[in-house]
Amino acid sequence: MDHISPVLWQFLVKWLTNFAVIPPEASKVAPQMDALLLFMTLVSLVGLVLVIFLVVTFSILYRRERHPVATQIEGSTLLEATWTIIPLGLFLVMFVWGSVLYFRIYTPPPNAMQVYVVGKQWMWKAEHPGGQHEINSLHVPINQPVQLTLISQDVFHSFSMPAFRVKREAIPGRYTTVWFEATETGTFHLFCSQYCGTAHSAMIGDIVVMSPENYKKWLQSSTSGVSLAQDGERLFASLSCSACHNGTPGARGPNLAGVYGSTLTLSDGQKVTVDDAYLRQAILNPSAHITQGYSPIMPTYQGQVSEEGLFSLVEYIKNLDSNYRIKQTTTTTELAPVATAATPAASPAANNGKVSHE
Amino acid sequence: MSSIVSLPDQSTARIPKRNYLTNENGILSWLLTGDHKRIAILYLISITFFFFIGGALAGLIRLELLTPQSDLMAADTYNKVFSMHGIVMIFLFLVPSVPATLGNFLIPIMVGAKDLAFPKINLLSWYLYMIGGCLTLWAMITGGVDTGWTFTTPLSTHYVNTNVVTTGLAIFIAGFASIFTGLNFIVTIHRMRAPGMTWFKLPLFVWSNYAASILMVLGTPVLAIALVLVVLERTIGIGVFDPTKGGDPLLFQHLFWFYSHPAVYIMILPGMGVISEVISTFSRKRVFGYSAVAFSSVAIAVFGFFVWEHHMFIMGVSNYSTLVFSLLTMLVAVPSAIKIFNWAFTLYKGSITFETPMLYAFGFMGLFTIGGLTGVFLGSSGTDIHLTETYFIVAHFHFVMVGGMLMAFLAGIHFWWPKLTGRMYPEKISQLAAVVTFIGFNFTFFPQFLLGMLGMPRRYAAYPPEFQVLNVFSTAGATILGVGYLLPILYLIWSLKYGKVAGNNPWQATGLEWQIQSPPLTENFIEIPVVTQDAYDYEWLERQKEREVTQVG
Repeated sequence: MDHISPVLWQFLVKWLTNFAVIPPEASKVAPQMDALLLFMTLVSLVGLVLVIFLVVTFSILYRRERHPVATQIEGSTLLEATWTIIPLGLFLVMFVWGSVLYFRIYTPPPNAMQVYVVGKQWMWKAEHPGGQHEINSLHVPINQPVQLTLISQDVFHSFSMPAFRVKREAIPGRYTTVWFEATETGTFHLFCSQYCGTAHSAMIGDIVVMSPENYKKWLQSSTSGVSLAQDGERLFASLSCSACHNGTPGARGPNLAGVYGSTLTLSDGQKVTVDDAYLRQAILNPSAHITQGYSPIMPTYQGQVSEEGLFSLVEYIKNLDSNYRIKQTTTTTELAPVATAATPAASPAANNGKVSHE
Repeated sequence: MSSIVSLPDQSTARIPKRNYLTNENGILSWLLTGDHKRIAILYLISITFFFFIGGALAGLIRLELLTPQSDLMAADTYNKVFSMHGIVMIFLFLVPSVPATLGNFLIPIMVGAKDLAFPKINLLSWYLYMIGGCLTLWAMITGGVDTGWTFTTPLSTHYVNTNVVTTGLAIFIAGFASIFTGLNFIVTIHRMRAPGMTWFKLPLFVWSNYAASILMVLGTPVLAIALVLVVLERTIGIGVFDPTKGGDPLLFQHLFWFYSHPAVYIMILPGMGVISEVISTFSRKRVFGYSAVAFSSVAIAVFGFFVWEHHMFIMGVSNYSTLVFSLLTMLVAVPSAIKIFNWAFTLYKGSITFETPMLYAFGFMGLFTIGGLTGVFLGSSGTDIHLTETYFIVAHFHFVMVGGMLMAFLAGIHFWWPKLTGRMYPEKISQLAAVVTFIGFNFTFFPQFLLGMLGMPRRYAAYPPEFQVLNVFSTAGATILGVGYLLPILYLIWSLKYGKVAGNNPWQATGLEWQIQSPPLTENFIEIPVVTQDAYDYEWLERQKEREVTQVG
């Protein structure tokens, strides 16, 4: 290959040997997505070939040299109905198929493992319930559904994992969720795909899918030592949440033990299911979420807790099934303020790492 | 009984001494004109200017993406360049492209009127457009804006310190230009049709511009509201989009896309009108299923208002609302499919020639089919999750907007150039330009579909090296495309002086605009015509010609 530049030559050879039109299929949903994409591509190719065929054939058959005088035709209801109904039918198939896929991707299974993700200019911060924090990377075990709860601290970001065919926007002020189940070990791209300012294209990272054993090792080696729930418990005490939400009769705030997943009646009669998003809102904007029977005395915590802190609080309340430790903490505080840094021994939050669902 | 002016055949034609170009002289006669044709020319010159600015920015984007690192420019500069490219191309080129130039010029003539309903508002529209355009340029020169053309909050309101307010106001002002154009078209089409010109005798170009006008008049104010709220949020912090003040950033998305989705139909519908005219004329045959094509324009306009949320499928909207918007998106795809097949069957048993406008129209059909079908990939909510925010989106809307609309615009400019200027463009080189554009376009944007499938996000100044080869293809294609766009500007200017004299009706087309002199008189018609023939009535045209021959003989 003397007549071609060696740089260009290598470049082309490298590309031709690695050429792919689709990223690796590394999640359970990826083959399902690709099946629909393939179906759509085939339908589109047939449609395109049909249009090209009609235009080319008519151009040859009815060019002026062969067909000097045009025959005026009004139209044909039958033909027009055909090319209305067939595309409509195909589009409806794509609609139904696509919607099934959409609901599948955005409806996490109940046994999914939970990871919290905060997007900020310009990094992804993943928080595992066991107290592992990572930046611009996400370690997950293979063959285990993983649910991500996302929020942005500033502008819109988007957590994109092409190899898993999954993507979800991280939005300021509200939680969004997405889930996936990795089926292949390895390292895959993580992109921020919503334009977020200067270093948007640097807001990328790696998704590392590990075998269960390696994952266990990783969990142990990278924990900060304080689980999210423990961090939440610390915040719960330091923000004085425990002063009112302590579960004693006559407490000024509602009892939070076991509240997660239950249905509350608010003071305006509205019924709400307590989920992550509700808890976050109730902390930041309490006056709009007054449980029936309580007075609107809780101050807002807007601006006082970071998004990571809110995740910790949510994780704490999620796992709170008795007020025993709250009462203990409150009592200890009254007796001896120094002793608040109690060791988290038999706490309900200690069984993290794997998320417990009641 | 026909009151249509008939002048000699092309071979002996001269440029008529009295026409709208020679009627008055001096720069003021242009700047203060109420003549819809002169305003159309003013618009044509201005949008061409902005097209080349937007095109130069596109060139910079492609050059930067030649290598994976951000080496030609810093990330911030790249962000400004693609933002300005989008803003200039969408608001200052695509939205006004066909309606404000060809529509302005032709709609009054096509309906048999002497001008638009409100000539002064028409002139005001051009001034507003120019103020908006100059402000945008000012914002660009004094530091630019890096929000993307979508002005996504809270990035635009709280996190960038570029000229968001200036640009927002510029688009706010330019938006009124669009509203006035739409308003003028609607009133003109309703109230000023010549005697006998019923709705179903109107050329399809008028129908599609009518549909686009409805979108402009009803949609643009919502964009104006969204932009004003962004400006207010940025300057005095009213907090409608700020979650810490109880606002909702998704509200901005709803408001913005409520305009900006219909806006793509504002951009494409008039182009579809051009294609109907061109395909009919060069097949010497009436458009197959006139009413289906006419009503599909209206259907696109109506459905087009109810699909905006498909831009937000991954933004945490309710899964059930996604069902509704995905279904409606599928429905809006159908009228476009109808149009494509109707155009294809217009060729059936026609008598086809392949002049430049026809080549561009064929290009449009191919590229728009690809653009439309890939839109279905994105309208289906499941596949949207994988493809949205990647280069697949970029490729999709460039196939529709550039492959579709720009091809249609160039088809229209070549088709009506003889009417606009009285002279022909050079045929051979312009056919070459059409082919070069088509090849360059595919080279540029087809690789981007693959990049999107592979997951490369849009608006990236730097990207993982594995995406480089496809990006190199794309940049190489853009070079070819650039040549394809430079050629017309050169030979069209050349033709102003050296082009063959066109005569009234060089294409033997049936529209009223072809029955008057080229360039037309300021008042278009000496007498208002009485219309008895259908649109695309080639038999009527034959009879007209025979009568002329007998009268002259």
